[in-house]
Amino acid sequence: MTLPTVDLRLLTPELIVAAGAMALMLWGTGGSRGRAVRWAGVLVLAAALWEVLMLGAAGEGVGAMYVRDGLTVVLQVTALLAALLASALGGSYVERAALEAGEFHALLLVAALGAMVMAASRDLIMLFLGLETLSIPLYVLAAFARGDRRAQEAGMKYFLLGAFSTAFFLYGIALIFGAAGSTALSTVATAPPSLLLRIGMGLLLVGLGFKAAVVPFHAWAPDVYEGAPLPVTAYMAVIAKVGAFAALLRVVPAVLRSGGDEWIAVLGALSVLTMVLGNFAALLQPGVKRLLAYSSIAHAGFMLIGVAVGTAQGAGAVAFYLVAYTLMTLGAFGVILMLERRGEEADQIADLTGLAWRSPALAVAMAVFMVSLAGLPPTAGFVAKFYVFTAALDAGQTALAVIGVLTSVVSAYFYLRVAYTMFTGEPRPEVVFVGGRWVTAALILSTTGVLALGVFPAPLTTFVRQVAQVLR
Amino acid sequence: MRLPLLSILIFLPLLGAAVVAGLDRRRDQVIRWAGLVAALLALAVAGLIAVRFAAGTAAMQFEERATWVPSSGIGYHLGVDGIALPLVLLTALMLPLGLLSSWGSVTERVKEFTISMLVLETALLGTFLSLDLVLFYVFWDAVLIPMYFIIGLWGGPRRAYAAVKFILYTMAGSALMLIAIIALYVHSGTVLDARTFDLVALRSLDVPMPLQAWLFGAFALAFAIKVPVWPLHTWLPDAHVEAPTAGSVLLAAVLLKMGTYGFLRFLLPLFPEAARLFAPLMVTLAVIGILYGGIVSWAQRDMKRLVAMSSVSHLGFVTLGAFALTVEGLQGSLLQMVNHGISTGGLFLLVGVLYDRTHSHRLDDYGGVAALMPRFAVIATIIMLSSMGLPGTNGFVGEFLILLGAFRAHPAYAAWAVGGVVLSAIYLLWMYQRVMHGPVRFAAPARVKEISTRELLLFLPLIALIFWIGFYPNALLRRSEASIRAIVERVQPAATDTAAGDRP
Repeated sequence: MTLPTVDLRLLTPELIVAAGAMALMLWGTGGSRGRAVRWAGVLVLAAALWEVLMLGAAGEGVGAMYVRDGLTVVLQVTALLAALLASALGGSYVERAALEAGEFHALLLVAALGAMVMAASRDLIMLFLGLETLSIPLYVLAAFARGDRRAQEAGMKYFLLGAFSTAFFLYGIALIFGAAGSTALSTVATAPPSLLLRIGMGLLLVGLGFKAAVVPFHAWAPDVYEGAPLPVTAYMAVIAKVGAFAALLRVVPAVLRSGGDEWIAVLGALSVLTMVLGNFAALLQPGVKRLLAYSSIAHAGFMLIGVAVGTAQGAGAVAFYLVAYTLMTLGAFGVILMLERRGEEADQIADLTGLAWRSPALAVAMAVFMVSLAGLPPTAGFVAKFYVFTAALDAGQTALAVIGVLTSVVSAYFYLRVAYTMFTGEPRPEVVFVGGRWVTAALILSTTGVLALGVFPAPLTTFVRQVAQVLR
Repeated sequence: MRLPLLSILIFLPLLGAAVVAGLDRRRDQVIRWAGLVAALLALAVAGLIAVRFAAGTAAMQFEERATWVPSSGIGYHLGVDGIALPLVLLTALMLPLGLLSSWGSVTERVKEFTISMLVLETALLGTFLSLDLVLFYVFWDAVLIPMYFIIGLWGGPRRAYAAVKFILYTMAGSALMLIAIIALYVHSGTVLDARTFDLVALRSLDVPMPLQAWLFGAFALAFAIKVPVWPLHTWLPDAHVEAPTAGSVLLAAVLLKMGTYGFLRFLLPLFPEAARLFAPLMVTLAVIGILYGGIVSWAQRDMKRLVAMSSVSHLGFVTLGAFALTVEGLQGSLLQMVNHGISTGGLFLLVGVLYDRTHSHRLDDYGGVAALMPRFAVIATIIMLSSMGLPGTNGFVGEFLILLGAFRAHPAYAAWAVGGVVLSAIYLLWMYQRVMHGPVRFAAPARVKEISTRELLLFLPLIALIFWIGFYPNALLRRSEASIRAIVERVQPAATDTAAGDRP
């Protein structure tokens, strides 16, 4: 029997992350080994990243429940990149706030593991496993600052609503199993259309929509984002998106192939709602965390366009978008993590006043992230939106593209307001710099990434395009 | 090996910005000189391109092609022809003037200002030289960010409002253009690899009619907001009034031309049928703009606002010429783009010189400046006459060609447009009289000093160009004629009446 050996080789990246998480949990807790723990976490992630890239599109295993194809590679690289940046960004915050560094880094790794499993799922049970592995550490992380009541509230809220949505997801799986006789996505794709399948699919979408913060399942996001500790918010904003969209990219093509064309309209409508509400609500936010919360909702809407068109091109566009989103969102949070107001998070836009005259490099980095989030060239955010809109127009979904492009004009207003604030007015004396080498390195990496993907997107787009072609 | 002159031209200012970024922010004078030298070097490269440019062909020259995103049909494709060349020269000329004009007025954050201006130059030159639609769009949108900061950081009291209004207006227009660009790409081939964003390839594509009209509309909206064509002009007075002098100069002289350049470069050749269909509409809007802009200018009590509104009128002429769809009209339109850049750029510089002394834009605060600043009065006279289109100046040639071209196509509209010429004489002379003549009204006339050598240097090149183009327009017309003719032939294949017409 050769199957198990093949399986294990396929699963090495996941095994590395899982083993690393467990080791950190045992060894890293309780002591004052903050720096060592951070190094260990980063090394584990780097090793997993290396392994993902070395393995490439290696095939499928675990009784065809698991697949390591091009899409898996892109999505897992994105998840690992997000975890890597988040641990570099969060480390010093965690030590400053006297939180458990070992737990923080271990939970971070577990969440990344969940997203990685979701990216590689070809079976609904596997997907569920990944979703839970992703979600539970995030609930814990949200309430991680045990002394902070806002964080407690955020964690509780996230947990309750998250558990609720998980139930939807699980019930959806049960109904789909009833209709198709299997939880394998390849079987679901060939199942005859039925009411049961439709309801099941709807419930599945509710569950994933919650994780991705898609309107109308988004209500938790602003409160949880605001209450959770800043590095956790940053990580949550990205890794949950990666996982949810990985699942959508796996599930939606199967559903569409089983003759569910009406889902194109449903997903399209959700995407429009999400873009409109996310972008307009962000206009009114005075706090950076809430602003970025609504921004993350809005970006979920843009990405959903790529899912809704149901083509290979759309899937490729979403994959590219996730990479861009990871870099620019974590970058923006990173800039805020560099600052502190009287020992607290400097989470108001007004705290950025005059930043450019105190630290030009930091302000320029933030301006780059804001320009990218607004989707202006020459940044990754522009290229990402460009590909999503191209996919929509190619599929004849002109309305989605037009609404997308108009709402991104609206978004320019609040993103550029942040940039403008940094360049005007007198710096606030109570806001001080608290960054360190790690945060600086993460910021340099994400700024470079955002600009490089904006100016030279060709290597990644070519790869993503091949990936998506294989997918169909 | 042939030097990639166009790339050098585009990225030289950006390199200059990088150098400035490395300088010590306290040494203002060093930063100013570094910025000016970078802009002058770019001007020298532009001059070299103009000298080596071969007239008499519609083909793209100095072409550069490189793959950029081959999987999506996006290329790095640059080229210059008779339509782009005048605007490239205009940009390269106005940038150093803008920088030089700011030496007296921008005293804070000189480093950031210089960087913004140089980045703006790169984006502007890229806009005029791109032959790939995505590359064009990237540069087009990249113009917004430095301009947003120039207005928002160094502008007047309502700068934040004006900057946001400017950027939202223009972005709303260009957003739909992005959709149209992608739609054009999707339409350009059935399989992914046959599709392209290359302008030269797309120019021979015949887009079927309902789609062509929609795409025309999306492009036209983006360009019309930028020009601005009446009734989309409401962002313009705010942006102009609040922007610092250098910002106003570049906004008027170059940024508005991005729209009218778009008419000639994209709208007419890509969508000829729709262009014929919508020409009457565009011509009507142009004539309304000419008269409306003129009348509103007359009613202004603020000098800067007056000059800003006069742009609406003058660019109405440019639009009229473009959509006359005749060779004379288009040639006049292109020439008038340059002329407006020189004369209105000059007017904003004049207003800036006065403002530096009095810190007021209100006409009521002025009077008797000619007595205090006699040399300045002479310069102002020349630039105003050019703006009015007096024979012997550049403005005359452009307006004459436009009216000639428009008269052949739409005589009634041309007749109305003549009213705009009269109006411009009225409001400009009225302003001149209020500012220059009459009793001296200043509390401290001693501060209203005669213009300095630096300020004189701002105006000398403009005055030289006013008379050079006024007496010898052929230098520009000869270089653009073949390209213009190619557009007209594309839009009106059956037209026999393509004689270049009389030139004054």
